[in-house]
Amino acid sequence: MTQLALVIDLNVCVGCHACVTNCKQWNTSGSAGPLTDLNPYEAYPNGTFFNRVQTFEVGCYPQTETVHFPKSCLHCEDPPCVPVCPTGASYKRKEDGIVLVDYDKCIGCKYCTWACPYGMREFDEERKVMTKCTLCVDRIYDETKPEAERKPSCVLACPPGARLFGDVHDPESAVSVAIRERGGYTLMPEQGTNPANHYLPRRKTTLAVHKDELYRSGNPHKIDGAPFDQNLPPADEELN
Amino acid sequence: MKPAFSVIFLTTLIGAGQGLFLALFTQQSYAVFGLLPLQEDAFYGFGSLLALLLLIAGLAASFFHLGHPERAWRAAAQWRTSWLSREVIALPAFMGIVFLYGMAHLLAYRPLFVILPGGQPIDLSVVLGSIGTLLAFALFACTAMIYACLRFLREWHTPLTIVNFILLGSASGFTLAALYAALAGSDQAGFFAGWAFIITLLGLLNRSATLWRNARLRPTSTLQTAIGIKHPRIAQKSQGAMGGSFNTREFFHGKSASFIRTIKPAFLALTFGAPLLLLALSHSAALLGAAFLLQYAGLLAERWFFFAEANHPQNLYYQTIG
Repeated sequence: MTQLALVIDLNVCVGCHACVTNCKQWNTSGSAGPLTDLNPYEAYPNGTFFNRVQTFEVGCYPQTETVHFPKSCLHCEDPPCVPVCPTGASYKRKEDGIVLVDYDKCIGCKYCTWACPYGMREFDEERKVMTKCTLCVDRIYDETKPEAERKPSCVLACPPGARLFGDVHDPESAVSVAIRERGGYTLMPEQGTNPANHYLPRRKTTLAVHKDELYRSGNPHKIDGAPFDQNLPPADEELN
Repeated sequence: MKPAFSVIFLTTLIGAGQGLFLALFTQQSYAVFGLLPLQEDAFYGFGSLLALLLLIAGLAASFFHLGHPERAWRAAAQWRTSWLSREVIALPAFMGIVFLYGMAHLLAYRPLFVILPGGQPIDLSVVLGSIGTLLAFALFACTAMIYACLRFLREWHTPLTIVNFILLGSASGFTLAALYAALAGSDQAGFFAGWAFIITLLGLLNRSATLWRNARLRPTSTLQTAIGIKHPRIAQKSQGAMGGSFNTREFFHGKSASFIRTIKPAFLALTFGAPLLLLALSHSAALLGAAFLLQYAGLLAERWFFFAEANHPQNLYYQTIG
């Protein structure tokens, strides 16, 4: 059985919010929209988003790391938001595991948001219905698009490629390999929701720089034995 | 959680309505077994219409909670999985029985079904009253399970929540029944007031146990498990929105710590202390009226606190609020 999901690499995410804006752009104009805005040009801009990027500072200065944390529906395999819905508007698709809301059935009672431990759903204050990430269900199956574009818009927008998309039940898919080989984890595993979306942790990255990458052998400005730029280390120093 | 006034009024009004019906039928049951004098039909009839009015008022309040009240009929669909859906079925069913019970008395249409071996007549009103009693408890269970079934909200996820809804709804209903009996010139005010005193006392014990339990809860999830970074020092720098979001509005009560400190003794005094004192003092209509009004005001505060106390795990993602 297929379970489509996102795998978000926190080691790569730079916190640029491109996924947020592209998500909003696609979904406000697509079948899930409009995602209404309140006071968009006022002091307290507000509105409906399926995806947000939060920022955390981990550690104690000066040993700190800034971690950007994209947050959207995790499409849980045991979604607690689905059974509590009194109308059946909230449902999980059998064929691909996407958790969706039928906006024509939603009565706007917000009970599903109480049941979701992650707070991933947002009530649209103008349409008065519950909204959430659809994994761009109206785009990933669109055969009029080239195959490379049949991905959620957040994935397509991510400049450093921090977001992977695929079937986490297929052990050979790129997302399953990434989860397996790069320590993928789920959020609040103790709550027993079994999220489909995974996150990849920060890794210790070392950048191997060789001195010939800094000092071009054919550089006409180069003076033998002396660096031409005071900011660069001396050419004979061991770099790693 | 942010207390929603529509839900506060829904749960307190239907609780009092259920309690009033239970009180009336309790008295009638005593009378069937010859333990108390049977009252006139009008006493039970108008009393259950008063209960019905409270139920209607509660139902009306609940519509203000919905984004799309015109679709409310759809909420009966998922009774297999959703306690909210079960409540949506149980409430009108109970209202229907309360109406029929009242009509059976007011129209004096009480055909005899069976006479028990002890000689107690079981007529239509007793049958309807018994069904209504079962439905009243079913409705209490549905209403309470809406909250108690949410395992992430640990303040609510306890059997004490169900007992609390049953006891506090019944307490206010029996107090109201005592007031109603006093106003209707019935001699049964003392009977209802006695039960109201006992149920209010039990309610105080159960609510105190809940407060004691909840004060000792340790959260299951932490910021570390919420974002999956196992470091003891994590500081949130951005919540992902400039002007707040649904998440910063829906899950925080928005009141100061001193307000919370004030409302807790206030609801304890109003819901339990004052009514216990007044019920013990006298069974005059004036004091019973004061007891009911104070207890109902206390229940509004109690329900407000019930919501505000619940700390949703999603709040971990919004560290700078609340």
